[in-house]
Amino acid sequence: MTVESTAAARKPRRASKRTSAAKKPQSAGPQLVQLLTPEGERVEHPDYSIDLSAEELRGLYRDMVLTRRFDAEATALQRQGELGLWASLLGQEAAQIGSGRALRDDDYVFPTYREHGVAWCRGVDPTNLLGMFRGVNHGGWDPNSNNFHLYTIVIGSQTLHATGYAMGVAKDGADSAVIAYFGDGASSQGDVAESFTFSAVYNAPVVFFCQNNQWAISEPTERQTRVPLYQRAQGYGFPGVRVDGNDVLACLAVTRSALERARRGEGPTLVEAFTYRMGAHTTSDDPTKYRADEERAAWEAKDPILRLRTYLEKAGHADEAFFTELEAESETLGKRVREAVRAMPDPEPMALFEHAYADGNSLVDEERAQFAAYQASFADSAEEGK
Amino acid sequence: MAVEKMSIAKALNESLRLALDSDPKVLIMGEDVGKLGGVFRITDGLQKDFGEDRVIDTPLAESGIVGTAIGLALRGYRPIVEIQFDGFVFPAYDQIVTQLAKMHARALGKVKLPVVVRIPYGGGIGAVEHHSESPEALFAHVAGLKVVSPSNASDAYWMMQQAVQSDDPVIFFEPKRRYWDKGEVDTESIPGPLHKAVTAREGGDLTLVAYGPMVKVCLEAAAAAQEEGKSIEVLDLRSMAPIDFDAIQKSAEKTGRVVVVHEAPVFYGSGAEIAARITERCFYHLEAPVLRVGGYHVPYPPARLEDEYLPGLDRVLDAVDRSLAF
Repeated sequence: MTVESTAAARKPRRASKRTSAAKKPQSAGPQLVQLLTPEGERVEHPDYSIDLSAEELRGLYRDMVLTRRFDAEATALQRQGELGLWASLLGQEAAQIGSGRALRDDDYVFPTYREHGVAWCRGVDPTNLLGMFRGVNHGGWDPNSNNFHLYTIVIGSQTLHATGYAMGVAKDGADSAVIAYFGDGASSQGDVAESFTFSAVYNAPVVFFCQNNQWAISEPTERQTRVPLYQRAQGYGFPGVRVDGNDVLACLAVTRSALERARRGEGPTLVEAFTYRMGAHTTSDDPTKYRADEERAAWEAKDPILRLRTYLEKAGHADEAFFTELEAESETLGKRVREAVRAMPDPEPMALFEHAYADGNSLVDEERAQFAAYQASFADSAEEGK
Repeated sequence: MAVEKMSIAKALNESLRLALDSDPKVLIMGEDVGKLGGVFRITDGLQKDFGEDRVIDTPLAESGIVGTAIGLALRGYRPIVEIQFDGFVFPAYDQIVTQLAKMHARALGKVKLPVVVRIPYGGGIGAVEHHSESPEALFAHVAGLKVVSPSNASDAYWMMQQAVQSDDPVIFFEPKRRYWDKGEVDTESIPGPLHKAVTAREGGDLTLVAYGPMVKVCLEAAAAAQEEGKSIEVLDLRSMAPIDFDAIQKSAEKTGRVVVVHEAPVFYGSGAEIAARITERCFYHLEAPVLRVGGYHVPYPPARLEDEYLPGLDRVLDAVDRSLAF
């Protein structure tokens, strides 16, 4: 680098021109794998093909609609004070349902905290996802019943767990695969870089599924990377592919192919699902402070559910009765979730001391006994007061 | 006859060998643990005998080592991870504190994390920066972890066996300057539970509480004090989390005077916790305030100054004198 260019690089730039969200380039580039256009047209791709029955297509549509309905219910429950927080997946249904439906039962998922659609595909009861957002637990499901690990809140940490798990799968000689979810923000984390290194050198059967939803809370993807994220894989020695994250068919085809590659013992793949976070980061966020309405509107036209509906209708794969029944099913799901959350009891105070250790711990035992005695002291005074 | 004299390093090596031999799920992971046998040769010969699939040389990334060990544990393995030096553990600190320590509770007990993190720790070897630290309090403070440190070959052998069998994550601090100290190891008789303290020397006038590398210093101090007619008890804690407060209390009630000795800085060190607990448990038995001897609140010094920084025989005896003068 010359002296001049160094000086130029240091010269302060006017932020308005560089980071204006409205002018942010949204093009996903020519490498984007797409099988269903935003207009609902089926298109072919030289490397990825998919042939689904009408029933399977309706199934994907149903998954996306129900996931969105559940997500909307959770947002409403937060607004009503039933949940402390909610991280909406609105707009990312295709990325999650497409990748989630590519998995086999014996595959293992390591999610972030926003993978409600993947959880749905794994058969995790949606109400179980809400416990942690209500504050009654930190994750209420058994990871091994659905091969769906607990939500991980610290950004990117789970990519290493997925890699280690995949190393174990390979050691066992099993042909299952592991999928690690993360986002564009997490791509800057050291743990993600280390998981790329470890999975590459040990040839671990893991698929890194990055939902690039363009925003890490208030920071655009340009704050995380100067190259398209999928290209990062090349430097680690495994393939990276960018897929239209709002195209459920492409997400399914690309993830399926990456999982098959992992099963064949050919190692990791990075899938970048190019999508958009239509809602706020969480219910505590206010995206109007950092991004323009026009950007959201542009992505609204690429809605994952709408485009599949257009295709289903045009191709005659679904009739009006299907959509009407699905709407009724959605409402039933919303009602069930609402009632389940409202009925969710607070844990008993003594639950504080459960599960800190698997083999027990004398300090915890001592503090449990002290706490129990303290609690009991109120019972005594209540007795006396009678 | 299963009693053999061996160094702490050899005892650890033998114990790791036994662990690998008796459970196919046990793995060893770390930087240079394979052909080289680790920079301290603790894993010497293990890769040769158990293969690269079980004794795994890892990329140079501590967070990656612990993070993938967590994933392997979730798959049913029992990884024993080596962190090359105490000062190198911090890139893995996030994985240890936010994931390893908490995942069992997060899962309401439905997953277990039987991971052992071995850390050679402490000073006294004339090393460069980041090679002589004693960060045990930083781990002992974290619920979900167990933290232990052997002071002799027998404990090195058996505590490692117990750590590997634990279903909780164990941070296993190895006193690196004592690696080559020899002691008798009975490989057929388990000395006692992992988290129980042991009386290393009986005495009646004062109790020295220590663990890891400082036990030897305290035993020497007790022997020196004996020549002046002072009877000093030495308690080897062995476990810093949980701490065997019952054993400390018993000894404190007997002698009435306690001095805690560790290499780690005194400020917020384990000595502070021990002093507070003794005060709570047996205030009226005390003849003197609990004193602490340890490192200062400064970054670990260059090697030519470490003898001033580390508690040695004289500083321990000085604290003994101050306590007895009350």
